[in-house]
Amino acid sequence: MSKAKTKTKRKRKTSKKIVRGDGRKVNEIRSTTIETGIIPNADGSAYIEMGDNKIVAAVYGPREMHPKRLSKPHMGVLRVRYHMAPFSVSPRRSPAPSRRDTEIGMIMVDALSPALFLERYPRSVIDVYVEIIQADGGTRCAAVNAAAVALVDAGIPMKDLVASCAAGKMKGEIVLDLGDTEDKEGEADVPLAYMPKLDQVTLLQMDGILTADETVKAIEMAIEGSKQVYEIQREALKKKYGMDAEESEEKVEEAEEEVPADAPEDAPEEKEEEQ
Amino acid sequence: MSNNIVSRLKRKKIQEVVAAGKRMDGRGLLELREMTLKTNFLKKSEGSSEVKLGKTHVIVGVTAKVGTPFDDTPDIGVLMCGAEYTPVAHATWEPGPPPKGAIELARVVDRGLRSAEMLDMSKLCLVEGKKVYIISVDLYVLNWDGNLIDACGAAAIAALRDAKIPTYKVTKGELKATGKSKKLKLRVEPIPITITKINEHFILDATADEEEVADGRLTITMDEKNNVTTMQKRGDVGFTVDEIKKCINIATEKAAEIRALTVASK
Repeated sequence: MSKAKTKTKRKRKTSKKIVRGDGRKVNEIRSTTIETGIIPNADGSAYIEMGDNKIVAAVYGPREMHPKRLSKPHMGVLRVRYHMAPFSVSPRRSPAPSRRDTEIGMIMVDALSPALFLERYPRSVIDVYVEIIQADGGTRCAAVNAAAVALVDAGIPMKDLVASCAAGKMKGEIVLDLGDTEDKEGEADVPLAYMPKLDQVTLLQMDGILTADETVKAIEMAIEGSKQVYEIQREALKKKYGMDAEESEEKVEEAEEEVPADAPEDAPEEKEEEQ
Repeated sequence: MSNNIVSRLKRKKIQEVVAAGKRMDGRGLLELREMTLKTNFLKKSEGSSEVKLGKTHVIVGVTAKVGTPFDDTPDIGVLMCGAEYTPVAHATWEPGPPPKGAIELARVVDRGLRSAEMLDMSKLCLVEGKKVYIISVDLYVLNWDGNLIDACGAAAIAALRDAKIPTYKVTKGELKATGKSKKLKLRVEPIPITITKINEHFILDATADEEEVADGRLTITMDEKNNVTTMQKRGDVGFTVDEIKKCINIATEKAAEIRALTVASK
């Protein structure tokens, strides 16, 4: 384990010299911005730009499931529709859902549902709709990132955020977050989603040719990338909801610090209230 | 993932038995059901195979025709996979458009074959931009008892290995059938291995009931050099990195064994 780690580090040091098409380092994600609440009608929404990817995610629910036969009596259902706009790629694609879209929708359900408490919503559905406005490689990862933020924005309790990033192999080197051209020229692509607090991988796919060691290295690098994305997701949520968990903890601590001085007075007051 | 209903009692039993290192049918955790295989048993298709893995029964048909290449890849042939969940296979399977499971099955097997660069696609080009071989691999499920990806993946390799496609003589962009046929040359033989997770235990070759009870699964496709060529995680739980490493090790150990089975009973 430790051996593998030092190996990874050494390789990264040497490989940082390699300049990618867009001037990024091998372990650098594309510039990413996330905005919440951009669809006023939705219960929760998010917009992400990850490189040239432009993706909108909207959450509706928990709400009654239609058609009813798809609902589950003992738990809620998460439904994800991944859809690419006809103009999101060149040449234009048909707006009809493809086999790829269906599969990515399924994979996204698996990526997001470990973070939810679906057992709390019997007979209900949480609908997540993802529209790819512009595609630039790694859309499923960017879509997961936007969807996770949109779920938080919808006020749905979650065990953890889900952050996602891909790693791949290009020109013999393991690199982070492949862009469109890198993806097409690259030898392998490993999209991954990760829950940072729970330390669990919730989405893992891979195409290409990698040795077992390279696969593990790519997975570890994609996790590092996801952690970078996680910080951006938190920033986006902080921007809208003002307080971050750490800050609120600090505030709680501050409040607690103030308590001892007032404590003797507080205690009898509380008793009075109870009566 | 499916409509197969497993009673709570049975669910609990399956979990207990697996926790004790055994299976409901007496197998070990990483033991496969008996596999039988038959190839080239159909006359009208270029290649075919039938795999029975326990009660799971699949047929793969390989057909080749000449067609036009895709616009963005005018100089290479086309290889595609389709999967059909036939209503004969299970009480809950109905006729109609392909369910999500069938789409995933086709795509995972397809990616396994393609990303491993199994065929030299440029050799399937007859006239650049005009005529190429279109090889279709159709996965046909006749009886469902779990582990379709592995069964279909193995069957696809067996069918492709023995497939013979018609040859043509090209003169000034025109094709003339020679009446002869040649074998497809497989550069590697990628084999998908699905590791199913029940609580913290990993099992191979899950039955339909075990799949229903399972928390998740990870499919890893391996070629002969033990390179990973496809991965696909499913299920509504996460995997830790250590668990993924464990799965890669299991796949590395088992790939050769399963690959041997695709030839053995010929």
